[in-house]
Amino acid sequence: MSTTSTPVGSTGTPGGASGTAPVVAPPRRSPRPRARSNRWAAAAFAAPLLIYMLVFYVFPLYRNLELSLHDYTVRAFVQGDAQFVGLEKYREIITSATFAPAVRNTVVFVVVSLIFQYALGLALAVFFRNNFRLSGLLRGMFLIPWLLPLIVSASTWSWMLNSDNGIVNSVLAAFGVGQINWLTSPTMAIWSVTIANIWLGIPFNLVILYSGLQNIPGDVYEAASLDGANGWQQFWRITFPLLRPVSAITLLLGFVYTLKVVDVIWIMTNGGPANASTTLAVWSYREAFGTGQPDFSPAAAVGNVLILVALAIGLLYLQLQRRQEKS
Amino acid sequence: MSTTRTWWKTALGVLFTALMLFPVYWMVNVSLTRTNDLRLDPPQWFPVDPTFDGYANVMAQQLPALGTSLLVGLGCVALTLLIAAPAGYAIAILRLTGRGPLNFLLLVAQMIPAVVMAMGFYAIYVRLGLLNSVGGLIVADSTIAVPFAVLLFSAFMAGIPRELIQAATIDGAGPWRVFRSIVLPVSRNSVLTVSLFAFLWAWSDFIFASTLDRNGDLIPVTLGIYKYIGNNTTEWNSIMATAVVASVPAAILLVVAQRYVAAGVTAGAVKD
Repeated sequence: MSTTSTPVGSTGTPGGASGTAPVVAPPRRSPRPRARSNRWAAAAFAAPLLIYMLVFYVFPLYRNLELSLHDYTVRAFVQGDAQFVGLEKYREIITSATFAPAVRNTVVFVVVSLIFQYALGLALAVFFRNNFRLSGLLRGMFLIPWLLPLIVSASTWSWMLNSDNGIVNSVLAAFGVGQINWLTSPTMAIWSVTIANIWLGIPFNLVILYSGLQNIPGDVYEAASLDGANGWQQFWRITFPLLRPVSAITLLLGFVYTLKVVDVIWIMTNGGPANASTTLAVWSYREAFGTGQPDFSPAAAVGNVLILVALAIGLLYLQLQRRQEKS
Repeated sequence: MSTTRTWWKTALGVLFTALMLFPVYWMVNVSLTRTNDLRLDPPQWFPVDPTFDGYANVMAQQLPALGTSLLVGLGCVALTLLIAAPAGYAIAILRLTGRGPLNFLLLVAQMIPAVVMAMGFYAIYVRLGLLNSVGGLIVADSTIAVPFAVLLFSAFMAGIPRELIQAATIDGAGPWRVFRSIVLPVSRNSVLTVSLFAFLWAWSDFIFASTLDRNGDLIPVTLGIYKYIGNNTTEWNSIMATAVVASVPAAILLVVAQRYVAAGVTAGAVKD
């Protein structure tokens, strides 16, 4: 960041061994002999977190796994006498008619969101890199969509995209485009929620990529422009390659965040019409909480599949970065 | 020539920002439109004849929800700080044994979809009778912020000069004293960043609220808006007025603490 006083500005050393993580991890220094009392103190200070993680992460996750391996009806849910069915629920969701559209919608939603969020975020970051009048203020204002509660943005978008009274259709009509049923047509719904989600994700990409750009030393550009490289060449030969580690982190975090999005889609379309904008996360939410009849077992199974996908991508990323550091 | 070029860039920047913030403008515009004018074609671009009926409705109906959200947000901040700050200290300065795996677990924790957590919490709360309680919602909301907070604290605290801590230790300060009198005051900025995000995430949360607190007496404002949409889709000015009011904390925080916001977003991703 350009502000020197950012809380994390001074953290991390280049040799931080655990710094491969997408979240800043504290650097390790050479081990020194430590008094035993210090080790107990460390355990005592970490104890609240460890207990917290056990009770509020491990236990809910365990419950979730248990839900997916049993046949929980609403009654069994309260009484706790559900029948063990093994992987039956997983078989059920994979053979379900909702599975194929949900996977397809998830892929469209995640991939299209990521591409546009990243491309627009990067373009804006490069644009804001030139310090011009008001650039700091305008860059700050770009954060607004990211800070608003999702229900606020999602409901605003659904009114803007309203078929009869929405501003979007009204503007399009001025250009001679006929009425588009953004949220109610089976072909458009998934694209509408994706557009709203791209809008939501641009600030995050802009901020991270912008701070990545700040770390590229200015003399690299000076040398390049002395050699006669124009702006376009500078971008592809310098900015883009040097930004690759930051880009990888941005895309990874974007992937993980986008994969688990429920609120935007749920508020705008309820995953409909029919299943036209149902992603895996929305499907899971609907099975468990979205209908009058909660069906927790398949919902938990879908949720666990999502965790597996996120984990796989996370590990893949760690692997890639380790290989990059070796070479 | 160079001044004209910068001028163009400012103009372009203003244009981009205006495009980006159009939905926000539209929300405000609709919130001030009269109910009869909502269905005009083309819609009114400016609130030429503004009405504050929407806001009057907010004040009449949503005040308790706003109070609940405030309570949940503050509770979430307190709980997050209470757990994350000592943990960051243990990891970064006291060199907790097993901090490597712990860091990895915190990372994985951030990847778990909220739907999955919501189901787990639901299953537990239904037995403990914690459904529809503010306390239960605070705990659930804090799971969004705690892993982030621990990683941010430990990253910042690792940068505190060792000499500072060693000097205090030589003077006879124990770990608690060092934490309270040196590490915490020095980490003031991180405390602010963490508080800001913990508050904002809890304030904005919809998934936990809609699953764990949907029949509660005290519902947060996100759920208030959602129920509004479900009930009367004709009065979009009232819905948008509630949305504007629900956005106020975000706006205040952005104005007051923009650099902490940017720092927090970046902390999640960039190591320098």
